[in-house]
Amino acid sequence: MKRRKKNAGAAARSKPPLEPPLAARRPKPPSRVASQGELLELQRSMLAAICRPLTPSFHMQQHWVDGSPMKAYAAKFMKPNDRLGSFERLEIYNRQYWFRLLDCLYEDFPGLQAILGEQKFNALGRAYLTRYPSNSFMLRNLGERLEQFASQEPRWLGRHKRLGSDMIRFEWGQIVAFDEPALEPILAEDIAEANPAKLRMSLQPYVVLLELAYPLDEFSVALKKQQSVRTEAGEAERQHAGVKAPVPLPKPQPTLLAIHRVDNSVYYKRLEPAAFTLLNELRQGRTLLQACAAAAEPELSPEKMAASFRDWFAIFAQLGWLCRRQTSGIKR
Amino acid sequence: MAANKHNGFTNLGIGIGLRIPHYEHILSKKPLVDWFEIISENYMLDAGRPLQMLDQILEQYQVIQHGVAMYLGSAKGLNKEHLRRLKALIKRTKTPFLSDHLCWGSVDGTYSHDLLPMPYTFGAATVMARRIREAMDMLEVPICVENVSSYAEFHQSQMTEWEFLTEVVEQADCGILLDVNNIYVSSQNHNFNPMDYVNGVPHERVGQIHIAGHSQFEKYILDTHDHPVLDPVWKLYARAIELCGPTSTLLEWDAHIPPFEEVHREALKARKFLDVVEAQKPNKAPARVPTGSGCEAS
Repeated sequence: MKRRKKNAGAAARSKPPLEPPLAARRPKPPSRVASQGELLELQRSMLAAICRPLTPSFHMQQHWVDGSPMKAYAAKFMKPNDRLGSFERLEIYNRQYWFRLLDCLYEDFPGLQAILGEQKFNALGRAYLTRYPSNSFMLRNLGERLEQFASQEPRWLGRHKRLGSDMIRFEWGQIVAFDEPALEPILAEDIAEANPAKLRMSLQPYVVLLELAYPLDEFSVALKKQQSVRTEAGEAERQHAGVKAPVPLPKPQPTLLAIHRVDNSVYYKRLEPAAFTLLNELRQGRTLLQACAAAAEPELSPEKMAASFRDWFAIFAQLGWLCRRQTSGIKR
Repeated sequence: MAANKHNGFTNLGIGIGLRIPHYEHILSKKPLVDWFEIISENYMLDAGRPLQMLDQILEQYQVIQHGVAMYLGSAKGLNKEHLRRLKALIKRTKTPFLSDHLCWGSVDGTYSHDLLPMPYTFGAATVMARRIREAMDMLEVPICVENVSSYAEFHQSQMTEWEFLTEVVEQADCGILLDVNNIYVSSQNHNFNPMDYVNGVPHERVGQIHIAGHSQFEKYILDTHDHPVLDPVWKLYARAIELCGPTSTLLEWDAHIPPFEEVHREALKARKFLDVVEAQKPNKAPARVPTGSGCEAS
């Protein structure tokens, strides 16, 4: 434990903390709050301080963005009491903010944490939330921009750049599959009766297609199994029973995957390359004919390919994945 | 008095917060519970298991919505998408009223996911009251605002928290969700007599009461909702319902959640206090008591 903290401190010293967007604007606390504008300035001043990263020892930073003492900044609007100074009172909110949001990231990205380890995951989470503080009233959306952040700053993934990036997409995909809307599905008969040169359809918003470099479905199942053994057995029994941790990281293996839900439970389904292409093309708005042409495998006879398409459409329709195209986008 | 226009003229009895670890017990055992409170934001989704569970609960129970992210005190105004989703949920639950907090929590599109205290000024009260009226107009249900636990005060404040709460709800013509645990927590953190708070709010506007447990730290108390209700909080509760009349009461238990029966048992402790007040009917509940006339809660 001591070793981890020491390492965390060294890492933090080598990389000066970023400033979240609100703090970078250097708001100035007003001396009074008589108007909406003054209320806004006070709220900007407080939230800017709350969103700033904690020190490696999980305390509020000692200096404000302009280099002045944080105590002096806090004293401009926080009233001290007989037990806590202005700094300490503001620090309660600063710590709560980070503990709450990092906990939420841990919950949403357990696989990424297993890959990076606690310390590096924590550093990634801090850097991500500093660059991209929550912009949604729902904590569900907290990790929405993590993939974007990781592609902009892959150094936070250490030596697991592709694996980590895949895992972010895989775990965010599960959130999408869990609660995105379900539209009225298209039935197999509807497809059979339509003109393939004109029929355009789409995939349910909750169906996520992923092209991965690692078999993360298997890795995720192994992690969950281990977690459930840990939970059921307790730590002492786990050690006694010789349950080993951690689960070995997966070896590279190209994997095409759909994450979806059935009866409100999330499932993963492996896809053949042509089926994956077919679904992707349909999602992008191609007609049925165009999508089939793009997915066709030249080495297969037209009869065999047609049989595959029939089988796949039967499965997709049975799973309810296919739906009509929306004329307006579904905004979350 | 407790069934009033601010809670859709309801007096629901004793409820508990609907939490995921209890879903299975509730759906399989169908325990006798007067009502459940849900956190609105957990169900403001398009689809999926949370809504499926909610629909099953709604088949059997009255559900009241309690929000944590409307941020009625945020200077920049209400989030229209939040209101749209909230309204869709209201249609689903048919909640006779809803509640959210006397707080702010977002600025310029950045969300704290916390319940941050307001500066207690007349200017801030006017802004907040305007937002509450806007929300009620849009949602078409009464709103009760809940006092939060706080760990900070502002130099800029001009009045006590209960004076600010009164100013806000009277300007907005809305209700109060009186959280007596939060009153106790804040009283210890800010050195005031919690009975002054209970005595000082407009009792005719109280539509619901929250009770909960908290955690004592060295220099402050944190509102953790992970313990049984403590004696000083029960004393505040007894006084609150003496002043407000029998009022829908809700136990919050959000962390280290014990089995359903234990949470329900803890909530039902409110019954003996409600029975005392019920027995006093049809006595008229006393008018608002001037600040400073209450007894010590602890």
